[in-house]
Formats: sequence, C-alpha cells, structure tokens
Amino acid sequence: MLRGMSTFNVVAVAFGLAFLYLPILILVVYSFNHSQLVTVWGGWSLRWYRELLHDEAMLSSVWISLRVAALSATVATVLGTLAAAALTRFGRFRGRLLFSGMIYAPLVMPEVITGLALLLLFVALDADRGFWTVTIAHTTLTMCFVTIVVQSRLIGFDRSLEEAAWDLGCAPWKAFLVVTLPLIAPAVAAGWLLAFALSLDDLVIASFTSGPGATTLPLRIYSQVRLGVKPEINAICTILIAVVALATVALSLAAKRSALRGDPAAQG
Amino acid sequence: MAKTGHAAAALIRIEAVSKSFGGIPAVDDLSLDIMDDEFFALLGPSGCGKTTLLRMLAGFEVPDSGRILLDGTDIAPLPPHRRPFNMMFQSYALFPHLTVEGNVAFGLKQENLSRDEIAGRVAEMLALLRLQGMGARKPDQLSGGQRQRVALARALVKRPRLLLLDEPLAALDKKLRAETQFELVALQRKLRTTFVIVTHDQDEAMIVAGRIAVMNRGRLEQVGSPAEIYERPKSRWVAGFIGDINLLEGKVGKGGTTLDTVHGAIRVTNAGSAGTTAWLALRPEKIALAMKKPRSGRNAVPGVVTEIGYLGDISLCKVRLANGAVMQVSMPNSGAELPSAGAKVWLVWPATAGVVLKQ
Repeated sequence: MLRGMSTFNVVAVAFGLAFLYLPILILVVYSFNHSQLVTVWGGWSLRWYRELLHDEAMLSSVWISLRVAALSATVATVLGTLAAAALTRFGRFRGRLLFSGMIYAPLVMPEVITGLALLLLFVALDADRGFWTVTIAHTTLTMCFVTIVVQSRLIGFDRSLEEAAWDLGCAPWKAFLVVTLPLIAPAVAAGWLLAFALSLDDLVIASFTSGPGATTLPLRIYSQVRLGVKPEINAICTILIAVVALATVALSLAAKRSALRGDPAAQG
Repeated sequence: MAKTGHAAAALIRIEAVSKSFGGIPAVDDLSLDIMDDEFFALLGPSGCGKTTLLRMLAGFEVPDSGRILLDGTDIAPLPPHRRPFNMMFQSYALFPHLTVEGNVAFGLKQENLSRDEIAGRVAEMLALLRLQGMGARKPDQLSGGQRQRVALARALVKRPRLLLLDEPLAALDKKLRAETQFELVALQRKLRTTFVIVTHDQDEAMIVAGRIAVMNRGRLEQVGSPAEIYERPKSRWVAGFIGDINLLEGKVGKGGTTLDTVHGAIRVTNAGSAGTTAWLALRPEKIALAMKKPRSGRNAVPGVVTEIGYLGDISLCKVRLANGAVMQVSMPNSGAELPSAGAKVWLVWPATAGVVLKQ
C-alpha cells in the first residue's frame, strides 16, 4: 500500500480534500461561534442553535422543505421506477428511443429553463403558486434521476425471475411487486434519497415555482444571506450537512451489504 | 402421427404452429402431439426452435399462427399465470430474497390455499426431493444440485398438468448430471405428470425420455422412441445428430436389396425403388473388423487403418477406404487384439446392420 504514497500523491490528495471540505469545515466551526459577527471568533457556543429553535420563519421553511422533498421524491420514485421498468422490460416498443431521450432531457436542461417553463405552465393553468407547485416542479426535476438509477439495476436483472413468478400464478403486475421490487429495492431507495437530496437542495426551480407561504429552506437562506450572513445560517447548514452525510453513509452501507449478500440469479 | 389408442390420450396438441422473430422463423409450421403421462424430449442443436416451442407452451411467447390445444381446448387466450403448466428454468430462477420454503410455497400462495395445506404440500415436496432441513436456507446457501432440486420442487408443488424443463441439468457437473437424469425419470414415473424437457444433449434425451422430437431449423425432423431414432433415423441429418454415423452413397439395385456403391454392390434391406440415390447409414458399433476377407453372406469392404483411439470401454478405429472416405468403427475392449495403424483390414457387416436413407 505504501507504493502509491509518494510525497506528490499525499500533497495532491491533501489539496483536493482541502479544496472540497475546507469551506464546509469553516462553516461548521463557525456555527459554534459565540460571536455575533460571522468573521470574528468569540469562543465555542451553541448559541446559534438555540436561536434557531426560536426562529419561527426558519423552522417553518425547514418543515416546508422536508415535506416538499419527501412528497416529490416519493412521487418521482414511483413514476421514475415505472419509466425504468417500461424502458428495460418491454423491449423495443414503438417510440422507445424518443421516450428514453425525453427521460434524459431534464438532466441536461439548464434549471433556469426548466423553472421558467414550469412557471409559464402554472401561470397558463392559473394555478396558485405555493406548496403544490414546488412539489410538482421538483417531481419533474428528480424523476429522471430516479429512472437512471433504477434502470441501471434493471438492466442486470435476470428476467426469468419475473417469468418464474408469472409461471407460478402471479399476474405481471403482481410479479413486479412481489419479486422484482424487493430485489431492486436498494436501487429504488437510492433513487428516492437522491431525489430527496436534489429537492432539498434546489434553489433555482423553487424560486420560479414557489409562492407566498411556501418558502423553502434554500430560498429562505438565500434571501437572508443577501441581507448579511447571520451565524444562525451556519447552524442550520451544519444540521443539513449532518443529515445528508448520515443518509449517504447509511445508503452506502446498505448497498455494500446487499452486494455482499450477492445475487445468485446473476450467476445463471 | 396420432396412432389409434394414443389419440385419446393426447394431452397437448400442437397444430401447425409458427413463430418468427424479426422475420426469422424460429418455429416453422410444426405439429406435434404430447401424450398424457409421458416424458417427452425436444432435442436439437442451439437455435433449432426448441426453447421457443417450450416458451409457447408456457405462454411466454404467442404463436404467430397455428393452435396449441390442451385436452382439445385452445389455450391461446390463457396468459402464463392461468395455465396449469409449470416451468423449471435453465437458470433455475430461484427468488434470492426468499428462503427455500418461501420459494416452494410461492406458487401455492397464489392459489389462496389455507396455510396448513400450503405447509403440508411444501413439506411433502421438500421430502420428495431430499431437501428436508433446508427449508430455512436462502438459495445462495445451497449447492448447485440442491438449487436444481428446489427449482424442481417449486414447479412440481403446484401439481401441474405439464412440467416444462428448460435445459434443467445444463448447470450441473457431469457426474451429478448423470445421477439426476435417472432421478428425473423416477420422479416422472412416481408423480405420473407429463414432463417436457428441452435439451441439446442427445445422451440426456435418450436416457430420460420415452419419446423424442428431434428438431432442426424450426421443423420436426423425427419423432419417436430413443431406440427408433437411433436405430431407424429418417434422414441423414438425424442420423448424424444422434451419435456417430458412417454413410455410404449408392444407387438402389433391382428388388431394393442392393446398393451399388464405388466399393461394389452392398447387400441391404428395404432400399426402396430401383435406380434412386440412397445412403446406407451404419453405426460404428455395427461394423466388425476382419484381417481376412470373410467367405460369404456378409458385406465386406477393404480399407487401411489410419488411427486408433483407446477410450477405455471401447476403442475407436478410423479406416480409410479405397475412395478416400474414412469410416469409423468402434470395438469393445474385451481383450481381443486391436489392429495397428497402417494395417490392411476388411470392414464387415450383415445386410440388416444399417438403415437405407432417402434424404
């Protein structure tokens, strides 16, 4: 193992990690800063976390963001899994290429355009912008990510497992539910988590599609930062980072476990 | 093909079924009867359409034309989960997230049976296939042979009218495969369920099946018992596919009892009408080697031994004839002295030893 540890490599890795994590580290450290001023160190304190607990506006934004993320991720997971199943399992149906192309399009579409398009749609439909419009917009944004994650799992899936379920008396929809779904569950869960994180993270599309009473957390943070960074923002960001990090670790552990358990069907 | 007495017992009747994929015919205007309580094999090289035919029986593929009848009723409208057939897949397709018991009980749970009946039938089937004590294991904790038996149990526990086996032993090693072949035969006799096996292995088909359908390019070449197919193949293709064969081409002589070949007139039986071209098909074990020309009665053709292969139970001898054709002769190793390479020998066989083929 020491072979790769030349001075150059160590320095390169250190620089890379510093580049990635130093800003985050500074944010985390400053969230425990007692001082009112963001740039001046005033000793360790949980003051800003306490203040956060009493900031009704911030807390309601957290709540809105969590609800939007959970709901849109769930809908996107259902739709995205169905789309992935359609793309991989039903062979070459008419318009398959067009369909798969359309699935990928939102991935490369600039978010500003997606947001604007959704805004125009909601205005044309005369829909009041708020919780539901953000949720729908986030479903649109994240569905294709779910499709890609689930599709990659389904491509390696032994089709005869599903056929065996049909053969043993399951209608195709039931075979999908009781055999395919449990086996691709890790990929579906990963897709959901990705969709959840993307929704939680999104500022651009939310800024187009949300309305009064539905200010998501990124929108709230952004609007507050424009008036000057309050240390309280560092605190909420630290909590967010912790949540995302924990979820990522849990997911990779789950994926590792299912990989270790192996998939005997794949050996056939 | 339906003989009287058998016709009434036809479980499955396949009538002029065709199926093509992207314009390439996989099964081409094929008709076949499968009787009740028989062990039937679909045998052919890969790509001959045997698996497609099996999948049409299971319902995974829909025929482009023709009908498949079960007890005289067209089963075309029945999707796979409504057919009283079960299949054992080549990959076994065991559900990796379920235990052995869960796998075997899976099909019964779809029938809304009582919990007690499911448990009873699962236990019975596990005992029948020597899987007692394995019920709580997951498929990846089993050996290849155990997985194969779980797959068999899972398909049989539903008491299907027809058990479809898609290359069921292909994943087993040679010794286990030979044992399992006999077990399959015993199982079929015991359960009296109709088994249809798809295989490319002629030995396997000969061992397990009561009747074999030999398929080539989506068509039936011949249907018959293993002995019929081996001893009386209908075409040169079947003769060559099942075992080794020597072919001698000639013109049928008067009375249909001789074949005029480059090696002279050869006595045969039932060669058909005089003047037509025909081939005498001779199995390697039907030919004897002699050092001197035999006096009378039997056919004798001279040749030179080019190679001898010792295979343990038999020796395989290649003999080049005057016209350059090479004949294969197999001899049991029963202590008699073998000729050496380069020896001049006579190939000797009686008129009844071979089959005259027209095509």
